[in-house]
Amino acid sequence: MKITILDRILLLVMCHAAGYQIIRGVDGLDSLPMLAYTIGFGVLLVAGLLLIILGFDVLDSPIVVIVSTIIPLSLSLGLVWEHLAAYRTLYLVFVIVGFLAILLTRLLPLRNKLPVIVLAVVHGIAGLTIFLLPILWSLTGRAAPGFALVGVGGALIGVGGLLLSFLKAGRPLLSRAAIFKVLPGLLLLMTAAFVAGFALA
Amino acid sequence: MDELSFDEWQKTVPEWMKSDPHPTPYPSPTSQLTRVNMQRIATKLKLYWPLTKSLQTGLLLSTGLAGFMSARCPVMHWYDFLGLGVSLFLAIAGSTIINMWYDRDIDAKMQRTCNRPLASGKVTPKEALRLGLVFSVLGVGLAVAMSPLYGLVVFAGLFFDVIVYTVWLKRRTAWAIVWGGISGGMPILAGRVFGLGRVDGVGILLALAVLFWIPTHILTFSMRYHEDYRAAQIPTFPSAYGFHATRATIAVSSVLAALSIAGAGFLIGMEWGYLRLLAVLSGGLLVLAVASVFRPTERVNFGLFKYASMYMLGAMLLISLSAI
Repeated sequence: MKITILDRILLLVMCHAAGYQIIRGVDGLDSLPMLAYTIGFGVLLVAGLLLIILGFDVLDSPIVVIVSTIIPLSLSLGLVWEHLAAYRTLYLVFVIVGFLAILLTRLLPLRNKLPVIVLAVVHGIAGLTIFLLPILWSLTGRAAPGFALVGVGGALIGVGGLLLSFLKAGRPLLSRAAIFKVLPGLLLLMTAAFVAGFALA
Repeated sequence: MDELSFDEWQKTVPEWMKSDPHPTPYPSPTSQLTRVNMQRIATKLKLYWPLTKSLQTGLLLSTGLAGFMSARCPVMHWYDFLGLGVSLFLAIAGSTIINMWYDRDIDAKMQRTCNRPLASGKVTPKEALRLGLVFSVLGVGLAVAMSPLYGLVVFAGLFFDVIVYTVWLKRRTAWAIVWGGISGGMPILAGRVFGLGRVDGVGILLALAVLFWIPTHILTFSMRYHEDYRAAQIPTFPSAYGFHATRATIAVSSVLAALSIAGAGFLIGMEWGYLRLLAVLSGGLLVLAVASVFRPTERVNFGLFKYASMYMLGAMLLISLSAI
């Protein structure tokens, strides 16, 4: 499906929002969560630029599954490091092991369901962390109400991830054309929610 | 102005006016002539504009402005900025036009360029050369008037580009792109020199960044249009050393370009946030360059070519923004 001018504009705005977040950073953080957020938003930014340049066909590459894992893993690591000090090491181990597991199961010629299970578990835990943690923290008063927007971003990234994963698995929830039609807007909304959430936290 | 006969005047009326369903009952010949002259000028401008390779000129101009901004002048006058922009635009566009004039025979042989105004005969060689010389002389002249050292660097860029790269080396060796790269690094050095009043290490590093970036841009292009260059008998890296060696060269030069820009950014005193974003953009360039070596496809090659332009523009914007 050909990428339209509107899609390109939406993606360009998304890239600017991600770039702004990388420049601005998050106040008062030590280096690891800052690095994690930078990697998360950086992958979003570069992915947006590649979509603008190469169009939606770039999503057919097998590397997309591996690269798209980096975004939820790095963002959730930043959140856990910042707000769940007791689980820092445990979650860091999960992120490293999870990423390596996805990498290996995608690169090795496995014919069973292991790659899909690994992908679902790692994406699921990371996605739920980004979705639930900010909302719970906002509801319980441990963070400003605006921080819940990060959770909204997490929900949107989950929706995007599900749509693309099922499409690549051959069981699309929506048609390919419909997914690509909503994807740029979804990516922009997601990034805007993250940026606003971090700014209001 | 000479009086026109009715027949002469009618010849000057464009076709669309003749088919106008509501023609003016008695159009004044003078006003019609002015209109026709305006149309002629507009048509000429439309033909001249592609001679300047506006995107390439714009990108090089942005490096010059970023070089100036990187000097963090204590006082920045709008007329300095305007003068810098105008002089660089004229010099860069002028050298581009002269190059296109000199290479018109090559352009005519290549499918990608055979429709350019000179190659297709829409602009005469004499006209293009005159335009290129006027632009170049005005650009360098204005630069010298603004600051002799700045003018010297602008002239050096023009000299390396037209004489050394295009006239002397382009048709002889694939290594000509090194000189193309050196001339490409002159606008950013010129901007920095104009801001500081002297040549410094950061300026050299910024020029090196552009020099190392040029292969990423040019070599991906020469791979994409390999057949065109072969038809025109222009030596390129892919034809001289093969595609694999060319991709490896692109990857190495991308690493060096990214390191040079990061080093210059650090020495300029860019804030960490800007450096982080610069690192992210550099990361994207490196990933694509490495992908082009290990998973070479036409799509990756094209992606790298386009991304390299965006990368350079983005880096220049960051250098400029960080100085504000």
